[in-house]
Amino acid sequence: MSDTPAIELHDVVKQFGATYAVDHVSLQVGDGEFFSLLGPSGCGKTTTLRMIAGFEYPSHGEVLIHGRAMAATPPHRRPVNTVFQSYALFPHMSVAQNVAFGLQMKGVPKHELGPRVQAALEMVRLDGFDQRRPREMSGGQQQRVALARALVNQPEVLLLDEPLGALDQKLRKEMQFELKRLQHRVGITFIFVTHDQEEALTMSDRIAVMNQGKVLQVGSPTEIYERPTCRFVADFIGETNFIEGQVVAHDGGYATIQSHDGLELRGVTPRPVSVGAHATLSLRPEKARLLTPDQAQSVQETFRLAVKVELVSYIGSDTRITVRLNAQRTLDVWEQNTRSTLDRNAYWQPGEDAVLVCPPENALVLVE
Amino acid sequence: MIQRKPARWLSQALRSYAILVYAFLYLPIVVLVIFSFTRDEFGVRWTGFTLDWYIRLFNNPRLMGAAVNTLIVGVASTLVATLLGTLLALALERYRFRGRGAVDGLLYLPIVMPEIVMAVALLACSALAFDLINALTGHVLRRNLVTVTIGHIAFSISFVTVVVRASLKHFDRRLEEAAADLGANSWQIFWRITFPLILPGVIGGALLAFTLSLDDFIISLFLSGPGTSLLPVEVYNRVRRAITPEINAISTLMLLLSITLVVLSQLAQRRR
Amino acid sequence: MRVIGMIDQIRMRRDRRNLLALLAPGMLWLLAFFALPLVIILLYSILTNGPRGAIVWQPTLENYRTLFTQTIYVNAYLRSIRISLETTLICLLLGYPLALFIVRQPAHWRTLLIFLVLIPFWTNFLVRIYAWQIILANNGLINGGLTALGLTPLALLNTEGATLLGLVYGELPFMVLPLYAALARFDFTQLEAAADLGANRWQAFWRVMVPQTMPGIVAGSVLVFIPTLGQFVVAELLGGAKVDYLGNLIQRLFLRSNPINWPLGSALAVIMMVILLALIFWYFRVTREDER
Repeated sequence: MSDTPAIELHDVVKQFGATYAVDHVSLQVGDGEFFSLLGPSGCGKTTTLRMIAGFEYPSHGEVLIHGRAMAATPPHRRPVNTVFQSYALFPHMSVAQNVAFGLQMKGVPKHELGPRVQAALEMVRLDGFDQRRPREMSGGQQQRVALARALVNQPEVLLLDEPLGALDQKLRKEMQFELKRLQHRVGITFIFVTHDQEEALTMSDRIAVMNQGKVLQVGSPTEIYERPTCRFVADFIGETNFIEGQVVAHDGGYATIQSHDGLELRGVTPRPVSVGAHATLSLRPEKARLLTPDQAQSVQETFRLAVKVELVSYIGSDTRITVRLNAQRTLDVWEQNTRSTLDRNAYWQPGEDAVLVCPPENALVLVE
Repeated sequence: MIQRKPARWLSQALRSYAILVYAFLYLPIVVLVIFSFTRDEFGVRWTGFTLDWYIRLFNNPRLMGAAVNTLIVGVASTLVATLLGTLLALALERYRFRGRGAVDGLLYLPIVMPEIVMAVALLACSALAFDLINALTGHVLRRNLVTVTIGHIAFSISFVTVVVRASLKHFDRRLEEAAADLGANSWQIFWRITFPLILPGVIGGALLAFTLSLDDFIISLFLSGPGTSLLPVEVYNRVRRAITPEINAISTLMLLLSITLVVLSQLAQRRR
Repeated sequence: MRVIGMIDQIRMRRDRRNLLALLAPGMLWLLAFFALPLVIILLYSILTNGPRGAIVWQPTLENYRTLFTQTIYVNAYLRSIRISLETTLICLLLGYPLALFIVRQPAHWRTLLIFLVLIPFWTNFLVRIYAWQIILANNGLINGGLTALGLTPLALLNTEGATLLGLVYGELPFMVLPLYAALARFDFTQLEAAADLGANRWQAFWRVMVPQTMPGIVAGSVLVFIPTLGQFVVAELLGGAKVDYLGNLIQRLFLRSNPINWPLGSALAVIMMVILLALIFWYFRVTREDER
């Protein structure tokens, strides 16, 4: 591993006509990192990936791979390989021919092809499939062929464009694990495009969250989830309750906001705020607790909101409770079902009075 | 309850109707084949089986010459039309450019244009061109197999383009990106990925062009010169006079050839 | 960044060169051997016919006047348009139920059935029309049968009925293919929806299915009507060349009549082209509206 970043984007812009698909994006991806580009569809993540691969050229800014500028390098001369969302396996070639293709293009001598193809297929556990045609294989197997076809070239960076998107839930989980394992084994940089936040959180070393062509936040999965710096990230990753208001006080990384319906709420501020600024309090449903009024009296926590239970959904691992704060506002609270019981009284009932409590370090005050 | 599935009688009626229409389509073909084996010298009555007419056919130098001419024109026009049509299909499917609509329109016109209009236009054009050459150089040119071939190419290009475009439409451009990603340059991409994958379409288009050339008789009639007779024209000149079992026989052979070519063309396009 | 602008330009220039290489050969061929000839007959149609069919380079509208005033020509295209319309209508009546039947079959049957329609489409037209002579001739198959049953033979060949039969026979595949394409796109659960809303079969057919398959109906009709208008073989082989249609007139004026008259023939061909272009224009208007 070297100190030069594997990928650098400097102020990259991609315009299609008047629309900005990618809007002034700068990123650095370290050597050997598993880096995800996460965002809703149309956010520019795939275009960003395609500019790294060389299928699109930036309208402005530059792309560097291991410190080398790529402006004049067509895709076939770049030291990166791509796993496509649709796999893009060549239908007229066997699995072995698909995997050998990149090596042949590089002019690897014939006698080396066989062993290297075999090794690549073994790595993705497809040994013995070399004479199959892509269409004779399942989605998961095609996915592995696509991986082998890219990895056999020993690229400096592997680009993966929603590679698990077409697989069913169970296979997806398996492949997530498999991809992590492969990355450890080959030790090269992975850039992984996905719209699935859970997938990004599970697999990545770092994540860049994108929306409308812009990178909103770059950070580790915990940073992204626990300390989102803006409302979009908090909303897109996981679920959360938002309460809008104005900052009335702040000190030492905490701020208090007054909501429009007069509540005073306190939370952590990931970014500096000033009094009077518009702000949103983000409260993750699993970070709040629901107590009976009796229990609440003995608890010392800053948030104490008197609520009425409105809707209770039992979903197995959790119980999801919607509580009504006042005529305008409801909040969601998730309780983990740590006890196994059929006793109805162990769960909340609609209509019950309750108190929602939450320590300020579990809530976030976000300013735009 | 009212059963809302198509009523039984309705689908039965539809089926019978369809069978009748198919019978209508194939009756003449079957009759023709059968009556190419009759002994009846007027070719319209069944008076016993014979292969005489086929034997006579192969001993008729005029018909055999026409057949050879037809094959020459067919092969030549197919080669050129397939090449030009494939290039056009690539241009139209791969590029967005100004005037694309006009090119599209010009390509579809030969398909819908009544053949006789095209034939007389080509006839007039060749006459004018020959007069011009005569006036400028003193050479006297005559219509021959070359003029017919040029005409056949002019209408075959469109058909080839349509067929190849269809195969390009299903073509996944990401396969080419994948090849570039794996280090192939544009030349390698074309010959190793694009061409093998559109080859069925190209073969299909070529077989179609060949069939069209073999079957065409209007353009052949107008553009072939004296002494360069083509098979369909030869048949036309004979059938205008009378039915003969000899024509039944040659027609049967032509039908067989066309059907074989269409089946091959379909098979080529289906294999992916 | 300026470097990027330059690279983009190089890339665009290379693209343009490639495009030209792909486009030029075929386009030049079509322009020289398809478009130019059409322009030439347009030109011929306003020239004067000289003695023994020579072209006199004297502009005139006489050819068009002749075509619009002399009864044999006026009658010829009225007759042509009539028989083309009849052919189109009969093809529609035969083709729609057939296409409907094919679409409702299981997938593997569908391919085979449409292929069976396709085969005559690509086989020699002349030969297939000739085959009807064997069936219809005075001593042919039908009359042979009638005589055997002791009935009087009928004059079937060399009638307008025979011409119509041959035209329908020849053009039917052109009708079935677009109808099939249109019906294949039709969502048949809509008929159930229509029934659910109280429409009977007939209403569902006319108000739901026909409007949605209209592009296919129009395409098929145009594809049948246009070639029929230029037909001359059928009238000659089955109709006995008793009456003139547009196609026969053009053929005669260019090849046979004594003396030949290319300018007049060109004018006839031009009129046919105009009808064709008008129909195509109409077709695109109808289908475009449908797309919206």
